[in-house]
Amino acid sequence: METLFALCIGFLTACGVFLMLRGRTFPVVVGLTMLSYAVNLFIFASGRLNLKGAVVLGTSDSYADPLPQALVLTAIVIGFAMTAFLVILAIRARADLGNDHVDGSMPAPRHAKRERTK
Amino acid sequence: MNHLILVPILLPFLTALLIMLPPIHYSAQRRRWLSMISTALLLVVSVVLLLTIKQQGLTFYALGNWQPPFGIIMVADLVSCIMLCLTAFLALGAISYGSAGEDEKGSFFHPLFQFQLMGINGAFLTGDLFNLFVFFEVLLIASYALLIHAGGKNKTRATVHYVILNLTGSAVFLLALAILYGTLGTLNIADMALKVTQLPDDNLMLVKAGALMLLIVFALKAAILPLQFWLPATYASASAPVAALFAVMTKIGVYALLRVFTTIFGEQAGPLQGLANSWLWPFGLATMLLGAIGVLASQDFRKLVANLVLVSVGSLVVLVAVQNTAAHAAVLYYTVHSTLICGALFLLADLIATQRGKAQDRLVAARRVNQPVLLGTLFVLCAISVAGLPPLSGFIGKVMLLQAAFGANGQYWLWAILLLSSLLVLIGLSRAGSTLFWRVSGMQKAEERVQPLQLFAVLWLLSASLLLMVFAGPLTELSFAAARQLADVLGTIQSILPGSGVLP
Repeated sequence: METLFALCIGFLTACGVFLMLRGRTFPVVVGLTMLSYAVNLFIFASGRLNLKGAVVLGTSDSYADPLPQALVLTAIVIGFAMTAFLVILAIRARADLGNDHVDGSMPAPRHAKRERTK
Repeated sequence: MNHLILVPILLPFLTALLIMLPPIHYSAQRRRWLSMISTALLLVVSVVLLLTIKQQGLTFYALGNWQPPFGIIMVADLVSCIMLCLTAFLALGAISYGSAGEDEKGSFFHPLFQFQLMGINGAFLTGDLFNLFVFFEVLLIASYALLIHAGGKNKTRATVHYVILNLTGSAVFLLALAILYGTLGTLNIADMALKVTQLPDDNLMLVKAGALMLLIVFALKAAILPLQFWLPATYASASAPVAALFAVMTKIGVYALLRVFTTIFGEQAGPLQGLANSWLWPFGLATMLLGAIGVLASQDFRKLVANLVLVSVGSLVVLVAVQNTAAHAAVLYYTVHSTLICGALFLLADLIATQRGKAQDRLVAARRVNQPVLLGTLFVLCAISVAGLPPLSGFIGKVMLLQAAFGANGQYWLWAILLLSSLLVLIGLSRAGSTLFWRVSGMQKAEERVQPLQLFAVLWLLSASLLLMVFAGPLTELSFAAARQLADVLGTIQSILPGSGVLP
């Protein structure tokens, strides 16, 4: 279970970082979302992964740590709000700047430059 | 139980809600006055809290009476109270300036401003690392909306960068918190400081990794060298009152560094003691130098001021790395000075820009400003203070910085770079000033004049420099007391977790 969990987090983080480094706003938003999924899973794991951990006192020998669950809930809510804001901002940027590149202007493609010099 | 601790968080929160309710929301004047009065009240409350804490020592407020380490606590010590007073002082200036007309260029300026104050105050008061994250997000989401206030291409572009960077920073922050919680089993700052002492060797590297990830996050907020590229564009494109308030945002990063790396990883932390110093020292020096070069290279005055913020952050971070009482006292004094003066400079830059017509604040020959004597005098005073020339507060701050580094490793590096950057700042400012006021061409025709509220705002922030100089004695004593309290980690743990007395 630990290996699978770690692989999931690692894969999500890798995808998230890759997408965040793209030049357009939509992949960046998706990348940030994936990264926040990875982070949420990671926080959840900080309370240790154990099966059949009870929540209510006096019902079992082993208990689940409730704090990471509370933390992860907060992180999800905040991440959700921030992503919503970023989506709106990206649409606004598309309208204001006329394109969806994160720098506000599309870099001139290399082959186009070469053609001009010919 | 000291309920006063919660007031700096609740007051802006309730004010923001009130401003959005009908009887006030529909009238620009009412919004302005409520916002200003509430901020003035906030300043009074902060000062009262500071005086109370100075008498009583460190006090904490357990929310819902859940005692630490289980509940969430708000901790007020001298350091956080000084920062609260600083924020309220700065905010009053910024809001007064905004109330002169800037606030009507977009919607919800005042509520957002108050929400941001709530976030900033909460970040200063919290005694829990996860709550620090939550308050960071509160102040960040307000700052995103404030940054884009009044709209425009530049603002949109800067906001996109700022939001994406900070969201990434938040993700790293959460990762660091999860690592620290997984190893230390707590997120209460005092309890973490205690748990670090009993850390098994296996977890040492994990905790170190978590701590250094926190360092990355705070370095991003404070804009330290490899993570500072967002700052000049962001601050230069924000509208003036927002930029002035943002002058305190980098200092929140410095405050968090101070909190985490002196309290949690302080003298009691054994092998983890001062683990950030070897990173902060060189990068702080480099930030200072780069900021000074940026001041020389800036094409417009707002960018120049943004680079001044970088210089001040660099010098503060270096001193955080020195880790002694004198250094921390110098950090506090210099934080107050540099924040208020940078805020004043942002406001002044806007005043100059509106009077120069199309040239705005670009450093080129343009038409004469309408009120050269008034703006020129303000500019000279600000420049003297920020460059660190006597007699204003910058000089005292710089002297404290230099003295604090006395005897530290690599003292001569710090002295050389600090003095060199001061010289570069001086050259940059005199070049900018002579261009703005003397290289004039054409006739003056516009009739924009400085409005009384705007003038009040700049004078208010500038008066801080004067006060910091006149009352330098008591204020340095206060910052030394605060630094001693900050360094007294065992005392902090004792007063927050009285039952834990297991320390040597």
